[in-house]
Amino acid sequence: MGCMATAESYILAIGTKKGMWLATSRDRKEWSLSGPHFLLSEIPSIGIDTRNGRTRILVGVRSEHWGPTVAHSDDLGASWTEPEQGAIKFPEDTEAALERVWQIYPDAESRPGVVWAGCEPISVWKSTDGGEHFELNRGLWDHPHRTEWGAGFGGPAAHSLVVDPEKDRVLVAMSTGGVYRSTDAGGSWEPRNRGIQADFLPDQYPEFGQCVHKIAADAGVEGRLYAQNHGGVYRTDNDGGNWESIAEGLPADFGFTVLAHPRRSGTAWVIPMKAESNRIPPEGKLAVHRTDDAGGSWRCLDAGLPQHEYNTVLRDAAGVDTAEPVGLYFGTRGGFVYASADEGESFTEVVSHLPDVLCVRAAVINGDGDQR
Amino acid sequence: MADITVMLPSVLQPLVGGQSYLTASADGAMTVAQLLDAITGNYPVLARRLRDETGALRRYVNIYVSRDEVRRLDGLDTKVAAGQEVLIIQSVAGG
Repeated sequence: MGCMATAESYILAIGTKKGMWLATSRDRKEWSLSGPHFLLSEIPSIGIDTRNGRTRILVGVRSEHWGPTVAHSDDLGASWTEPEQGAIKFPEDTEAALERVWQIYPDAESRPGVVWAGCEPISVWKSTDGGEHFELNRGLWDHPHRTEWGAGFGGPAAHSLVVDPEKDRVLVAMSTGGVYRSTDAGGSWEPRNRGIQADFLPDQYPEFGQCVHKIAADAGVEGRLYAQNHGGVYRTDNDGGNWESIAEGLPADFGFTVLAHPRRSGTAWVIPMKAESNRIPPEGKLAVHRTDDAGGSWRCLDAGLPQHEYNTVLRDAAGVDTAEPVGLYFGTRGGFVYASADEGESFTEVVSHLPDVLCVRAAVINGDGDQR
Repeated sequence: MADITVMLPSVLQPLVGGQSYLTASADGAMTVAQLLDAITGNYPVLARRLRDETGALRRYVNIYVSRDEVRRLDGLDTKVAAGQEVLIIQSVAGG
């Protein structure tokens, strides 16, 4: 069953532990749902690709029984296609097998066929045919540090990608390993973690090995990134050459997700969680925190959110659209999904009582499925 | 030449046009790995559901030869011959 999208509408894709739901809306307040798609399979990653004059939804699907795969739909979920040989397949010489697709990242408008993926085991992949077939990035796979990268609780994951096609610049964040950068389109990679603490290691400021939970690129300042670390919220202005804490003003420095505004420099969002002992929203009160000055200060945004919430929001269970004002979306492990049509000033509930929300992605589309 | 019949769980049957079983020609004994190669030759998606790209049987996929689970025998090297019953069943997993 597909969603019916009309002119100037929004699509919200919700990946959960047991399938995916698609929601469409004309005002980002009232939503129509379809699903579940891929019932009983977990959906850890979704990419909505609005280039090429169509809306392609790319989905990382993983069945506990039948393994991982990537499927795509060009008709808003009415039908799904899975490349017969698999979109992501480790070459034989690696003696590795794909476990989970953690990230699907459509590249820039200037490279309409290029889609990146971050996977478990820790690896980066690139497609030039819109996500139907991916090629392993050998530079990262053959990196001498690879044997020392570890696994976060969720598994050894390359979970965040930032790509700048103009400069052949690619950044990946992994748990655990930290942030790595390539300035030659993925040919070679270097760790970029100076200043990020790893409080679970004897050497708390190692060259690599940090458990970075998510990174996001600032819209306006080249080289500026935000990081939600496993303990610590950071900003860098030089591609991770050094990171500085921007956690002051937040109720907790732990959390999983960080989002950046798609156009306005300095604006980013985090959803703090109480660290180690609790892993719940501070005081059991769910709130998004936004900075408009690149982490200099934070505002607590909770209008429309429940008074009590004891579930976490995972690293990819939050996303933004590209409308004006920007829409902000997130889901909890309790299966509630919230949307804000005003950059977090107020929220409405999209859906409740779904399985654990693992991934949320949103986009602006028109009735033909084209980008507005 | 006799056939070996492999019964599929209902959840995998849509991948093979709704068939509940597939057959392979057996000229003497063959291994389970060879049997899987034979029955999935025309069904690459089914092949990926059963084994990963290293050829390993997926953790929660169980294959029974004459009611014995192959991991208790010789794994994918277990010999199977015409007349034996081969079942593919998903194991208990998840919650």
